[in-house]
Amino acid sequence: MLDALRELLQGLFGSVFPLVWTLLKIVLIIAPLLLCVAYLTFWERKVIGWMQVRIGPNRVGPWGLIQPIADGLKLFLKEVVVPTGSDKSVFVIAPMFAFAPALAAWAVVPFNDTLVLANVNASLLYVMAISSIGIYGIILAGWASNSKYAFLGGMRSAAQMISYEISMGLALVVVLMVSNSLNLGDIVSSQGRGIFADHGVGFLSWNWLPLLPMFVVYLVSIVAETNRAPFDMAEGESEIVGFHCEYSGMAFAVFFLAEYANMILVSTLTSLLFLGGWLSPVGFLPDGLLWLFLKIAAVLFFFLWIRATFPRYRYDQIMRLGWKVFIPLCLIWLVVVGCWMMSPLNIWK
Amino acid sequence: MEFKTFVFYFFSAILVFAGLRVITSRNPVHAALFLVLAFFSAAGVWMLLQAEFLAIALILIYVGAVMVLFLFVVMMLDINLDRLREGFWSYLPLGSIIALLMVTEMALVLGGNYFGLFESGVPQATAEVSNVKAVGRLIFTEYVYPFELASVILLVGIVAAVALTQRGKRKNKSVNPAQQVFVKAADRVRVLQMPAEKRD
Repeated sequence: MLDALRELLQGLFGSVFPLVWTLLKIVLIIAPLLLCVAYLTFWERKVIGWMQVRIGPNRVGPWGLIQPIADGLKLFLKEVVVPTGSDKSVFVIAPMFAFAPALAAWAVVPFNDTLVLANVNASLLYVMAISSIGIYGIILAGWASNSKYAFLGGMRSAAQMISYEISMGLALVVVLMVSNSLNLGDIVSSQGRGIFADHGVGFLSWNWLPLLPMFVVYLVSIVAETNRAPFDMAEGESEIVGFHCEYSGMAFAVFFLAEYANMILVSTLTSLLFLGGWLSPVGFLPDGLLWLFLKIAAVLFFFLWIRATFPRYRYDQIMRLGWKVFIPLCLIWLVVVGCWMMSPLNIWK
Repeated sequence: MEFKTFVFYFFSAILVFAGLRVITSRNPVHAALFLVLAFFSAAGVWMLLQAEFLAIALILIYVGAVMVLFLFVVMMLDINLDRLREGFWSYLPLGSIIALLMVTEMALVLGGNYFGLFESGVPQATAEVSNVKAVGRLIFTEYVYPFELASVILLVGIVAAVALTQRGKRKNKSVNPAQQVFVKAADRVRVLQMPAEKRD
């Protein structure tokens, strides 16, 4: 069927066929992603509701299932207020800057051995480069709002994201050292080899166990990087004003979507880098796409779980954790893994 | 026109436009943003030359880190454009001499092929070794001393920056979060046990 469709389109579009085919693939990735973003907000409200012995949204549709669509419609119909004295063009561009990187990074994310939009060699570098652009959305939103509170909020979040990007990057350096590749697909397949994988318990061969400290650092860093609780300095609703306090309607919704799209992206990266991607945890079950989705869902659940569990960190404590704990830990572990790889005990050959 | 040529001219046109806007736009934040756009287009052009590592490093380092800090600084400044323009005519001779020098230097480099400066053409990347691997191998074999020297210079820079800002005694009364996070409930709260009293 796929081949028939391909031939049909080839006849229809002729020389621009590759462009059309790529666009189709992009839509195939983006559309389910946006649906996931919408239902992640619903799932979050439900899960936190259950954890706090509430019911959560249950009025719109069966079990409240149409709630995210109703929310989206509400935000869509609201007026976008542009504050007086704000820099209008930057004010409008800022949400796009926040959202676009979260989508663009999916270009190189592999779903299994062959299913990837662009199989580039330096895909891990690409993801890091693209996701570092997301900071612009935050500082520009803070600055363009022409409000002291939004400006301070933007500075605060941007400083936090830059700090945690460093520890994330160092954790990734250790991963690419042991997998000897920058290609996300190769990183996953390198986790399928090892003593445990030969004995049929593959999940012990994945990077999370031999690189456990880095896994923990990465897991905490992505929470801080996406500005989620307990590190949600961007919008601590009850205490501090965030960078998007002047935004309303759809412009605010785009920031909101960007946060959840980023969550899904970093969860996917965690599954690929530390949890073996599409590899099956045990030998007698086949590898497949389903495992990847299960792992992503598990990491996303972790995000929601800790939001319902921990109280918010104070800002100076967040910065201390990033700079004085995680970065030294990463640097030490970098040297340790380097020595380990050079020693006869090397398990990554 | 080949597709590759089209992409090149597309990126170059944006690059030149963004470069011009960097020096002509009145708002310093807009200028910084156009510089970001210029870096981005330059990365696209480098990607066309199959220098993917350089292209991604340009975005990762310059767009992702340097320009963010740059924007931080520019946004905090309160720039008065009229005051900046005051000395325009008196600085013009010096400025034009420097501009002329830069134009000459650029002409020498860009016209290198024409003057016969290069012995060989631009090295072509081989398909089997990835760009990152090739750069890494060169850095840690052939250019290991310059590379280590550069990192030591950067380290000195970091230490100097810290030393410049951390002079003298700390004047604020902020508490040390490192000590604070280790506080236990017993350090702050004292639970008193009182026997229930009987009413006479």
